[in-house]
Amino acid sequence: MPEFEQVLLKNIGVPDAQRLDVYKSHGGYRAVEKALRTMSPDDVVKVVIDSKLRGRGGAGFPCGQKWSFLPPHRTTTYLCINADESEPATFNNRIQMEGDPHQILEGIIIACYATKAATAYFYIRYEFVEAYHILQRAIDEAYAAGYLGKNILGTPFSLDVYLHRGAGAYICGEETGLIESLEGKRAWPRIKPPFPAIEGAFRKPTVVNNVETLACVTHIIDRGADWFKSIGVPADPNNPRDMGSYGPKLYGLSGHVNRPGCYELPLGVTCRELIDGPGGGVWKGRKAKAAIPGGLSMGLLSESEFDTPLDFSSLQKVGCMGLGTAAVTVIDDQTSMIDVLHNSCRFFAHESCGQCTPCREGTGWMLRILERMKTGHGRKEDLDVLLQVAESMGTMPGTTICGLADGAAWPVKNALAKFRAEFEAAVTGNRPASSGHDAA
Amino acid sequence: MATITIDGNDIQLGEHDRLNVIEAAERAGVEIPYYCWHPGLSVVASCRMCLVEVGQKDKEGKVLMQPRLVPACQTPARDGTVVVTTSEKVKENRRAVEEYLLLDHPVDCPICDRAGECYLQDYYFQHGRSERRDEPHPFTSRRKDLGPEVTIFTDRCVMCSRCVRFTREIAGTAELQVVNRGNHAEIDTFPGFPIDNKLSGNVVDLCPVGALCSRDFLYKQRVWFLQSHDSICTGCSTGCSIRIDENRGAIYRLKPRFNPNANDWWMCDEGRLGFDFVASPDRLTTPKRRAGAALNDADWPDVLAALRSDLSEAVRRHGGTATIGVLSPMLACEEAYLLAKYLKSLNAEVRLALGRVPVVGEDDFYPKTRNGQPPAPKFTIRAEKCPNRRGVESILTALEGRVTTIDDVFAEIESGAVKSVFLTGGYSRPWLSDAEIAKLAKPELVVIVDILASKATENADYVLPGAAWAEKDGSYVNHDGLLQRTERAVRLPGQAHAEGRIFWELAGRPRLFHAGDVLGELAAAVPYFANCANQKVPEHGIRLATQNA
Repeated sequence: MPEFEQVLLKNIGVPDAQRLDVYKSHGGYRAVEKALRTMSPDDVVKVVIDSKLRGRGGAGFPCGQKWSFLPPHRTTTYLCINADESEPATFNNRIQMEGDPHQILEGIIIACYATKAATAYFYIRYEFVEAYHILQRAIDEAYAAGYLGKNILGTPFSLDVYLHRGAGAYICGEETGLIESLEGKRAWPRIKPPFPAIEGAFRKPTVVNNVETLACVTHIIDRGADWFKSIGVPADPNNPRDMGSYGPKLYGLSGHVNRPGCYELPLGVTCRELIDGPGGGVWKGRKAKAAIPGGLSMGLLSESEFDTPLDFSSLQKVGCMGLGTAAVTVIDDQTSMIDVLHNSCRFFAHESCGQCTPCREGTGWMLRILERMKTGHGRKEDLDVLLQVAESMGTMPGTTICGLADGAAWPVKNALAKFRAEFEAAVTGNRPASSGHDAA
Repeated sequence: MATITIDGNDIQLGEHDRLNVIEAAERAGVEIPYYCWHPGLSVVASCRMCLVEVGQKDKEGKVLMQPRLVPACQTPARDGTVVVTTSEKVKENRRAVEEYLLLDHPVDCPICDRAGECYLQDYYFQHGRSERRDEPHPFTSRRKDLGPEVTIFTDRCVMCSRCVRFTREIAGTAELQVVNRGNHAEIDTFPGFPIDNKLSGNVVDLCPVGALCSRDFLYKQRVWFLQSHDSICTGCSTGCSIRIDENRGAIYRLKPRFNPNANDWWMCDEGRLGFDFVASPDRLTTPKRRAGAALNDADWPDVLAALRSDLSEAVRRHGGTATIGVLSPMLACEEAYLLAKYLKSLNAEVRLALGRVPVVGEDDFYPKTRNGQPPAPKFTIRAEKCPNRRGVESILTALEGRVTTIDDVFAEIESGAVKSVFLTGGYSRPWLSDAEIAKLAKPELVVIVDILASKATENADYVLPGAAWAEKDGSYVNHDGLLQRTERAVRLPGQAHAEGRIFWELAGRPRLFHAGDVLGELAAAVPYFANCANQKVPEHGIRLATQNA
């Protein structure tokens, strides 16, 4: 692994890094000064577009492009910060929010300056109690220091940041679900179009960005687009649709490894490098059987696919949905894949918002089948039914309003494709297929 | 002019048509199945039944199809839109959605009120998979009363959320909500806040399956025994278009019928449940004529002959001004016109007045709002609880020159100036006070045409049993000057006759009473009704001339 300077996590572990003066003494708020004093909003957008920064929340949509979708003649714009980090085993945002809140605030100020938003809603997951208090303290400090409020740094730009605690569910992390929840409604994702950039929160143009994306914006403005593009995997010149995977990325490593944790690495590190390097290998001296590459909804990697780079375009080549949140969960060879899939189905059945028929009913059906399999009552035809359900609810595009159904279907599809033998043994063996503990 | 292609057939849409793909396909004769969409409510596109393949035709005629299925309800039909509803992808999605919806459904059609008019049933036969792949579940049937009129069978629900949207967008009272998540989601009210708004019955109509049921109609009839008749509601001057569902002469329910000129898709519970009086035991069923102290049953020809001579005698003895005919706003236009015409034919000075116009409270606008400015009304329950004040008033204005109120009539009766009075009722509840009934002792001749027995009918000289609105043909003019026709849905009780027939025969006109002919005559005689001349009244009514209201 090449030498690489950490930026996103550099203040983690610095004593009192949550305090504004400590953050400033480590070079903080330099980017805000630079953006507000020397750049126009359009300059900022241009730098972010040039950096090819892709959203870190899961979908990997180019951040600058998202900003440029805002209608040119708009009166009110909102920025929503998506801190409803609820993908299973994902904790990157939490580390950042608890350890280095001003880095995120700096990104928010720059993003609002670029998108001409005068109000930002920081939508934070309810369960992040500590992060909530730390952020609120940081926001208060920033107001006191003149980085938030009226006429920031003496410029005409003003910004208010409201920390909003969600009281919702997994689905609140979907950007329109988040907006609905923010508006005080049930977090049912909206039908698109209109996209939030045209009509979002309170029917006004809205940008929804992930915490980590905004942290990256801070460093892009500070160090320039070229620095950002020097890290990661360049776009494939033979594929005009490949947008590349640039910049540093936080990888959350969990599951059956010796040293789980949040690691900052350049995009494109392989799964094996991550597990054997920072992760210190599979626990208890066992071998790995599989890994979840980027949050449960992205699917599963088998051990033989561990050399796949964890970037925005390589994972599709091995049948996964994408990089997602880059939360890698390692599954050792003592674990039953039926348990893994059962756990996955239980999660999605619990979290389906209940709006669209295929997702609402399909997730529950898949869970029932897995429950049966787990207790040894699986039938041969169950495997085909599972696949067909997954196919019709998730991977047939357009069947649902949001991506939750795809996320629920993908692990099923992957597990059945990559670990078929294990499932066949389970449905023919007629015995409980559980390894005795809940996996992952 | 927009041209859109549905399954290979081009259809033209008008300049001002703003249709979605479901509506456009319907014009092309292609049915796209749906649950959650409703033309009167916002679009949520959540049932996913209406997914179709959509593409766009460019100027050279090249079609670019979208790779994904899109909801037809949410896709506008624009010029060049190409829709495919017959591909295997579309069919497979319909099969899958039907299968999903039936996973947790109790399939208790044999005891379900909706069986026979259920989307889920119909679509299952049209689009469903023949076998069940999930294990059968134990039968469950959880029923909850959500309000005075609405009950829910939770397990039958397909979560289309139409009812929730109705209470938010049309009623504005927002009692219904979705509770829980995923396949545990269900429709419920907040504890202590039942759905008791005056439009609550509409959620039952909106429910595409048997989840929401009317407590009034529950278990009364299998729907396939019901015959439907187009009619209008006579409960207030809004004049909602409705459908009367009856079996063997008994009305079982009233349902709203779409009419953009009057009620859109809705009706109020007062109107919906207000048909009990039609089958009331107090209905007048035989014509009666007084002989001394006794009020005797009599045959129609005898009664009418006697009444004719008594009226002529009264006019001859006391002059026309001492005879007064009271035209109830419950009467249809044709009936009011026939009676007015007959009384005027006795003597041009015979006087005509408007019957009682019942007013209860104030106009009730929906949607309601808890705070802030009320939004533009989408539905109104009128305070004026009669269907035809405007129609009767314009006949009076044309034939009498002015509109005398019933209070003035009673004042004159008390003064003794009125020697004979011809009263028409037709109300669903008592409409004369005891004081007014006492005053009716004064005139020499009291004729009452009514439907329910009362003190007044006991004391009258002639009692002629009339028809409730469901039992007769006629037209009514609502508060807005919209004339709508109704047709007879159920038979008359006993020997009761429709008022039109009574007045027709009283006037000694030849042949049979026919409402359509009388309306034509009325159109020629009264300018306000000129729009009705020589034309059939269309489904959504005719807007009458605006002056002379």
